[in-house]
Amino acid sequence: MKTSTNTDAVLVSAYMKGDESALCELITRHKQRIYSFIYSKVFDRDVSEDIFQDTFIKVIRTLKRGAYNEEGKFLPWVMRIAHNLVIDHFRKNNRMPKFENSGDFNIFSVLSDSSLNAEKSMIKGQVENDVRRLIEELPEDQKEVLVMRMYKDMSFKEISEQTGVSINTALGRMRYALINLRKVIEKHNIILTN
Amino acid sequence: MQKMYSETSHLEHVNKKLAPKEETIRFLLDYSKALSVIDYNKLKFEALLN
Repeated sequence: MKTSTNTDAVLVSAYMKGDESALCELITRHKQRIYSFIYSKVFDRDVSEDIFQDTFIKVIRTLKRGAYNEEGKFLPWVMRIAHNLVIDHFRKNNRMPKFENSGDFNIFSVLSDSSLNAEKSMIKGQVENDVRRLIEELPEDQKEVLVMRMYKDMSFKEISEQTGVSINTALGRMRYALINLRKVIEKHNIILTN
Repeated sequence: MQKMYSETSHLEHVNKKLAPKEETIRFLLDYSKALSVIDYNKLKFEALLN
């Protein structure tokens, strides 16, 4: 990019007449001062970047609408816009404070997304399917008690009433069902963990 | 108005050479090229043409 000695006023008026390269030169000329000014207030690179962008969007819109009065004060005017946007930023942050990750403490180490991701939910589905297939292999009386207890969430009292056996028998069948399931799982080295 | 006090414990001093990212500048220049203001009966309409 060639450097020019045009004053801001000349560049502004060229830009307002449609010369896009004038804007490029204006931004290049003042970006450091404006950005440093914003950063000195907000101390955050990303926020500074956003405010810098918003500042120039305002500048561009005002210039394109022809609503800017050139009085040789381009930079102070842009600085004023940036200043106002910085104030807006702090006002917004006051209403909704932002938690910043600082150094040794990371908020995401205590906050986590408990919902399963696609892979985990697939694995969970497969594990549940495997368990169901294993249960199908159990003897009928054990399977009946296990399904009532685990899937239908019935108490052993309800199970004994429904199956017509004593509570102790139902408990025994449940115990054998679990023992048998463990045996099959160990025998075939089936992994049922997510 | 509420007074705002900011911490001054930031170790990082404001470097005078701080500058925005290249992509921010590019975005602004592209935005400028895309934006056109249409005058119609003393009304101004903004159009963003990509």
